[in-house]
Amino acid sequence: MVEAHGLTKRFGDFVAVDSVDFTIAKGESFGFLGPNGAGKTSTMRMISCISPLSGGTLRVLGKDPTHDGPSIRARMGLVPQEDSLDLELTVLDNLMIYGRYFDMPRKVIRERAEQLLEFAQLTERAHDRVEPLSGGMKRRLTIARALISDPDLLILDEPTTGLDPQARHLLWDRLYRLKLQGVTLVITTHYMDEAEQLCDRLVVMDKGRFAAEGSPRELIEQHSTKEVVELRFLPGEHESMALDLADLADRYEVLPDRVLLYTDDGDAALSQVHAKGFTPQSALVRRSTLEDVFLRLTGRTLID
Amino acid sequence: MSTVEPSFTMFEHGEFVRARRFPTPMWLRAALYFGYQYKRTWRSSIVTSFLIPILYLTSMGVALGSLIDKHSHGVNGVTYVAFLAPGLLASTCMQIAANDMTWPVLGAIKWMRTYLAMLAAPLNVYDVLRGHLAWAAMRLTIVISIYLSVMATFGTIYSPWAIVALPAGVLTGMAFGAPMAAFAATRDKDVAFITIYRFVVVPLFLFSGTFFPVSQLPVVLEYVAYITPLFHGVALCRDLTLGQVHLWVDLGHAAYLALWVAAGYTVGRRTYAQRLVV
Repeated sequence: MVEAHGLTKRFGDFVAVDSVDFTIAKGESFGFLGPNGAGKTSTMRMISCISPLSGGTLRVLGKDPTHDGPSIRARMGLVPQEDSLDLELTVLDNLMIYGRYFDMPRKVIRERAEQLLEFAQLTERAHDRVEPLSGGMKRRLTIARALISDPDLLILDEPTTGLDPQARHLLWDRLYRLKLQGVTLVITTHYMDEAEQLCDRLVVMDKGRFAAEGSPRELIEQHSTKEVVELRFLPGEHESMALDLADLADRYEVLPDRVLLYTDDGDAALSQVHAKGFTPQSALVRRSTLEDVFLRLTGRTLID
Repeated sequence: MSTVEPSFTMFEHGEFVRARRFPTPMWLRAALYFGYQYKRTWRSSIVTSFLIPILYLTSMGVALGSLIDKHSHGVNGVTYVAFLAPGLLASTCMQIAANDMTWPVLGAIKWMRTYLAMLAAPLNVYDVLRGHLAWAAMRLTIVISIYLSVMATFGTIYSPWAIVALPAGVLTGMAFGAPMAAFAATRDKDVAFITIYRFVVVPLFLFSGTFFPVSQLPVVLEYVAYITPLFHGVALCRDLTLGQVHLWVDLGHAAYLALWVAAGYTVGRRTYAQRLVV
């Protein structure tokens, strides 16, 4: 579906995407996980054929975006980070005009719009203006709109940023159903839970480069332990505490507000902490997440 | 559990199964989007298009004009209202184009991100530019048709040549619209548009021959007027509605306007690409 070799994007002197390689297979759900400024959106824009490459090669749906941009975009749907809906028109109108960009016959657009509105759970709002809708509804409408031409490839740039938890879960559910129908999904996100939920494979991206690639489970297995013990002490103590705790775990990380101990048996490590006489303000044991993978690979958290 | 099942296969080998015999040109797809938006505002727009010329022609054309006619025996051989009306037509075209090609362009780029939506579809940046310009021309056509009919009721149409005032007015408007769109694409804020309105649009409106012949101006300013597109638009429309057509002179007016349109479009291609294809 998508093949990139040495893909590069420069803005003047600034290198946003630094010679990356990746392949996205048909029907898979592929994620780009990284903090803001990692180069995810720039990569998305190149894959969507709306931004020219600065270097390397890219093949989308077997074609070259530089020459065949319009015909690639005819079979692709893009859900950009910021909505580009017409707020003054109705929900249905927005779908109709978008379908017209693809020169779809009106009757076909109307049929498709009906199905898509049901899919997006917006049927009752079909004739309402877009402006008063909630953020989650607008996002679902944007997704429905991107699907109007029945694309083989759907690209979503930070699909749930700014949405409340309920809206996010609904969106994830809808996207999962799409995946089951065989639509290839390409998602960028800085939320690790989103990446874990939606992606078959993902790349961890930071400062324009890929730090790791694999399925969520593979990445956690390769770059982190099974469990993590989070300890909070009084502010300012964490550095000194960490040094004393170091030998209780395979690895440790010091964050501004916590100490993280990486080990395969969290409960055992925690009891050892207490046995050695430490008294943390709070302690919890949890499983490793992609956030821990990111922290391990880059030394930073996903959300600054 | 609802699933999305298309009622028939829409895509086979990347093309619609029932391919259209005459696919809609890309720029027209873009233009029709703006037409869709107009669906909401067309009523008030049409009413204004009737009302404004009626108000101007009544107050300045008839009420003021009868004073002028009494003392100067008309202007250049015709009643003041007949002199004024085509000038107002051309000026109105300028104002509409200036309005349509400034704030809406910046809005489509920055605030509503309309252009982004188009570019994510199979349109490219030149289709987007052409489409928006085409829509401005379409709107001008609607407004001019109404204006000409109002002119007719005021008895200011002297010749069948007046029908050519329709494309002439569109040409006049686009001579402003195309450069404005090109300029708007370079903007980050809309402050410059207000400046242009105050220091370009309004002075041109007042001094390009709409209300009085430019020969009334001091010589230097008269020659400045000759450079402005509006002077040529006014002169062209006036010659047409009054039936005073001098073929080469009027073709010259039209050619000058067309030059502004072409220049605006050429620069627009650059500025649009620089702004949108990054």
